[in-house]
Amino acid sequence: MTLLSFFEWCETTLLGQTIRDSLWLFPVIEAIHLVAFAVLGGTTLLVDLRLLGLALRPEPVARLAEDASPWQWGSLAVAIASGTLLFLSEPMKLYYSEPFWVKITCLGLAILFNFTVRRRVTLADEKSVRPVWGRLAAFVSIALWSGVAWGGRWIGFSG
Amino acid sequence: MSLLAFCRWLSETRWSVALHESLWVYPLVESTHVWSLALFVGFAVLLDLRLLGLSLRRVPASEVARRLLPWMIAGFVLMVVTGLLLFYAIPVRTYQSVFFRLKVIFLALAGVNVFLFHSGVWRRVAEWDRDPVPPKSARLAGALSLMLWIGIIFAGRMIAYNWFDCDRQPQPAIVNWAAGCAVEPL
Repeated sequence: MTLLSFFEWCETTLLGQTIRDSLWLFPVIEAIHLVAFAVLGGTTLLVDLRLLGLALRPEPVARLAEDASPWQWGSLAVAIASGTLLFLSEPMKLYYSEPFWVKITCLGLAILFNFTVRRRVTLADEKSVRPVWGRLAAFVSIALWSGVAWGGRWIGFSG
Repeated sequence: MSLLAFCRWLSETRWSVALHESLWVYPLVESTHVWSLALFVGFAVLLDLRLLGLSLRRVPASEVARRLLPWMIAGFVLMVVTGLLLFYAIPVRTYQSVFFRLKVIFLALAGVNVFLFHSGVWRRVAEWDRDPVPPKSARLAGALSLMLWIGIIFAGRMIAYNWFDCDRQPQPAIVNWAAGCAVEPL
């Protein structure tokens, strides 16, 4: 099965059709997607800015990361669930949308980066990791999530 | 001059037309507006969650507020500037959008909530700063803020839809009243 035929199949799903045919389902799911993005962005930025040494400096990075974690994962789950629904309603438009592919690439990289590098840096003993690595990790994380946000909004302007 | 007349005048200015018709600048402003949600609303949510005793419980409340504030101000300025530009690009339709009006009301209420919080329980923050779960009135302020910002995001997102636009008649009288549409009596 090619990627194109997978997208074509998604277009025929009942869930996608229901959302497409409804006047208000898409906008409401879109708004939920935005709320989840705000929470996800806030919790991610909190830890990233702390890694950069720019926010909440007296607090240990690991403790902040731990506190932010349930909200970060919760909001990511809501964002992915609502995003999947939005995707199902218009997969063919997205297949030919460049911003969509930018967004998905950034998203994949951001999640991968978070589970590999960033998590290790934030949860590590601060004395054992040189601050420059923390800063670099934060910078990459902010850049990737910004790509997700900008790419995502831009989908609405393409096609 | 009425507000509507002012918006009409605004829509005819050169820069408004340029912004409205631009291929790149309008989307850039719009996506920056959305991006700044993460910075401003994301941090506001964190502060609200701290006030509700649901996150960052081991960090003193005043510490969370003080450290996040500079970023929230930066995020808020970015949001207001991009938001004003978005309004400037499409003044008349936005002014007559029920969702935009709802958003402005929610924004004003969020402002009142901040004012009441700061002139009330926040003055006594030293007494409850380290409590994992702050007192009731602080929790109430956090909950109200959370609900209002969710409302602001919902209303803001809905501005894009023309369901209740003035040029889509007939509409129920209440919609025309809320949107401030001037409809010729039949």
